[in-house]
Amino acid sequence: MHAPVQPPRKRLLKLVLNGRWREDAVGETELLVNYLREVARLTSVKTGCDGGECGACAVLVDGEAVPSCLALAVRCEGRHVETVEGLLAQGRPSRLQRAFHEKLGTQCGYCTPGMIIAAEALLRRTPSPSDDEIRTALSGNLCRCTGYVKIIESVKAAAGTAS
Amino acid sequence: MKSDSGEFDVAMRPGVPLIDGIEKVSGRARYTADLDHADALVGRILRSPISHGDIVSIDTSKARALEGVVVVLTGDDCPHTYGVLPVAMNEYPMARGRVRYRGEPIAAVAAVDAETAERAVSLIELDLCELPAYYTSRDARAPDAVLLHDNKPGNLEREVHHEFGDWRSGFAEADLVREETISCAEVNHAQIEPHASLIEYDPVNDRLTVQSVSQVGYYLHLMLARCLNMDTSRIRVIKPFIGGGFGARVEVLNFEIITALLARAAGGKVLMRLSREETFLTHRARPQTDVTLRIGMHRDGRITACSCEVVQRGGAYAGYGIVTILYAGALLQGLYDIPAIKYDGYRVYANLPPCGAMRGHGAIDVRHAFECLLDRMARDLELDPFAVRRANLLVAPTRTLNDLVVNSYGLTECLDRVERASGWRERIGTLPRGRGLGMACSHYVSGAAKPIHWTGEPHAVVNVRLDFDGGITALTGAADIGQGSSTMVAIAVAETLGIALGRVQVIAADSAVTPKDNGAYSSRITFMVGNAAIDAARKLKAILVEAAAQKLEASPEDIEVAGEVFRIGGGDQSSLPFSEVAKAALVDRGAITVSGSFTCPPEAQGGKHKGGAVGSTMGFSYAAQVVEVSVDEDTGAVTVERVWAALDCGRAINPLAVEGQIQGSVWMGMGQALSEETRYAGGLPVHASFLEYRVPTIAESPPIEVFIVESHDPLGPFGAKEASEGALGGFAPALVNAIANAIGIDLDELPATPDRIVETLLERRRQAKLARTLQAAS
Repeated sequence: MHAPVQPPRKRLLKLVLNGRWREDAVGETELLVNYLREVARLTSVKTGCDGGECGACAVLVDGEAVPSCLALAVRCEGRHVETVEGLLAQGRPSRLQRAFHEKLGTQCGYCTPGMIIAAEALLRRTPSPSDDEIRTALSGNLCRCTGYVKIIESVKAAAGTAS
Repeated sequence: MKSDSGEFDVAMRPGVPLIDGIEKVSGRARYTADLDHADALVGRILRSPISHGDIVSIDTSKARALEGVVVVLTGDDCPHTYGVLPVAMNEYPMARGRVRYRGEPIAAVAAVDAETAERAVSLIELDLCELPAYYTSRDARAPDAVLLHDNKPGNLEREVHHEFGDWRSGFAEADLVREETISCAEVNHAQIEPHASLIEYDPVNDRLTVQSVSQVGYYLHLMLARCLNMDTSRIRVIKPFIGGGFGARVEVLNFEIITALLARAAGGKVLMRLSREETFLTHRARPQTDVTLRIGMHRDGRITACSCEVVQRGGAYAGYGIVTILYAGALLQGLYDIPAIKYDGYRVYANLPPCGAMRGHGAIDVRHAFECLLDRMARDLELDPFAVRRANLLVAPTRTLNDLVVNSYGLTECLDRVERASGWRERIGTLPRGRGLGMACSHYVSGAAKPIHWTGEPHAVVNVRLDFDGGITALTGAADIGQGSSTMVAIAVAETLGIALGRVQVIAADSAVTPKDNGAYSSRITFMVGNAAIDAARKLKAILVEAAAQKLEASPEDIEVAGEVFRIGGGDQSSLPFSEVAKAALVDRGAITVSGSFTCPPEAQGGKHKGGAVGSTMGFSYAAQVVEVSVDEDTGAVTVERVWAALDCGRAINPLAVEGQIQGSVWMGMGQALSEETRYAGGLPVHASFLEYRVPTIAESPPIEVFIVESHDPLGPFGAKEASEGALGGFAPALVNAIANAIGIDLDELPATPDRIVETLLERRRQAKLARTLQAAS
């Protein structure tokens, strides 16, 4: 019998996740995406590629959109991490989430959480973005369904800049 | 009943958001990999490191000895072939005897965690004896090539030879005959969700519960029963949320069967998540295609005849290949009035991952060649590209030479709309060098009229249920993969019953609950399932009207229904709300379930010639589009500035969704036209990531202005036809025609990457220089 594969060493991680402090034992090499999905069970955080190519796993870390597949969970010690689950208030979608729904900025929905996170980060720093600013902010997020037209409309509707 | 239950409430326009949209934006939507898998084993696959070879031996002893490994399986554990076409199942879930492409599954492991499963895979020892491998259609067809499949001489999976009309006379009477060979690279669906399956086997009750990324749960159900040698009644297939399909998940895929085999052997639950690289390998997408097309034309632009040879590099196994090569010929027709057609198709085996169906199945590359050649001939004859299309329009109702029915035809209006919106007449020929306009047309079927499994059942069945709570539940097997099919069903039921959309719930694609459906392919759902939903709702409505009539002491013929109110027509103001009518209808009989169905009329099921069923449909969508580009002649970079796309979808049941589908399909055409291409080096996929396989980002994606044209198809639900595939095929030719307009080069290859454009420009300069030299010498 071959010896079993050793699990990685663990450390205690304390962070603010969707507005609440929590503590978990996580592997030192554990990626943030795996921690969020498998430990915190926040499955809005998707995996679409083999690392850093599609943006489906984007989350907010201290308000910045980052691909959680390229970040180590332990690097989020003491930080504020947000996912689209955290944008809901009393179970109701935020203005941005509602805009993606109403304007059909989502079709299959797989890229949608990452797309909304990228747009949320943009709107927090630029409340009335131009088309070009939206394109730049969302250029790390791939969508295969919409052709992006209605995604831009969704962000503009949320920003109140829709024509 | 006075009110026409088929009448469509215009108040509903401009459409409604998806009924499952809130789940998607809030993160609540669960895709296969998101389902609870806390107690599941992890599956991993060992793949062939070579492109072609005999399997001498597989030693799994070290893998089995690793602690934490529960099951190790090889091809020995499944002697059953699978495949989407009953006549061409030549693939095993894990290779037996021979491997035919790099990446083909050979063995699989289920273990307690991913690290252990991966380690176990690396401990499996292979002894393979390499054979010559072929990566192009030409090499595979060489006379001395080793056969991939012994029963397929010349490595030809299928050849098709069809002739309709007197094409020889057609070419003889033409004022202009021109022939071109155009090559299109293999492209991939690249749906953002990687492949995944979560399958549980209960050894006590011998039951298999399957959740997977399938577009057609019914096919998966049948293939699992076949490969696991289980009774279909012991299998339950449930569709979770699906992160896109585009044809990738119509065919049952090897990993789904492997996961089921692992789950049964382990007597438990197994989660299999493929990496993006593996998802690219397991693709079933649009094959590399060479199209040699010849068109004869009168001086006024009327087509006299067309001949077309298509060679598709299909990959190592049959898959959908026979259908793809038939589609390529069949859909030469149905768009224009062509008096004579000759078609020769060749589907070739090669040592690459098998191709299959991708959005616009079979039609796209041939349409590309056709629309490019039309433009070149228009130029030769000094005709406007719009004029050439208008010279060849069909008049509905009609039947094509290959017996396809055309009952509605909105192409004429599509052409008018995009010509006007793009300012074509004022702008064409006046743009500065480097800026260009191009246009093209396209079409697609609204559902394949002949299902693959001919069982005699209707093409679609929908059940509608009413119970004490006054809620209406529609049960459909149709797979919503993001295209909005469940929303369409809800609208069809609500509109027909005259009730609020919010009163309707849709339960979709769970074989234990919902009626069988042939699934999400060939844009069949709106047409077939939509009609079945209307049929079911009409039956329920008749029951409700009867109950209302009894309560109101009126005759059912006098009852009108609208806005959840049943009233006696003709001045009498007596009325009942829906809730009371529903209660009255339940008296004595209790909960009501009615079943609606749709069967394609026999005259729509294609011609009697061999392969005539492929391409047959109840109605075609039609599209025209104009593309505006800028081309940098130094770098070869193409920028798409704007797109105007018009599509005749018969009737837009949900205009918002129709717009989204048109934008998405035009844009997917743009990806194929500009940058997408799979590439293999010695059979090794070098494209298998989103960095190498260049799907357009939002930064390079243009505004797409959409025009919905409604031709009211007589057979369609509320007059509707398909809306999600028809516009795709027009983009690439419109782009290539726009590049020709911008810088005067004709590209014969897709995608129109900068290197191809620069190479074509250089070649043109070389030719010009040669011509000058020859002229000087003579």
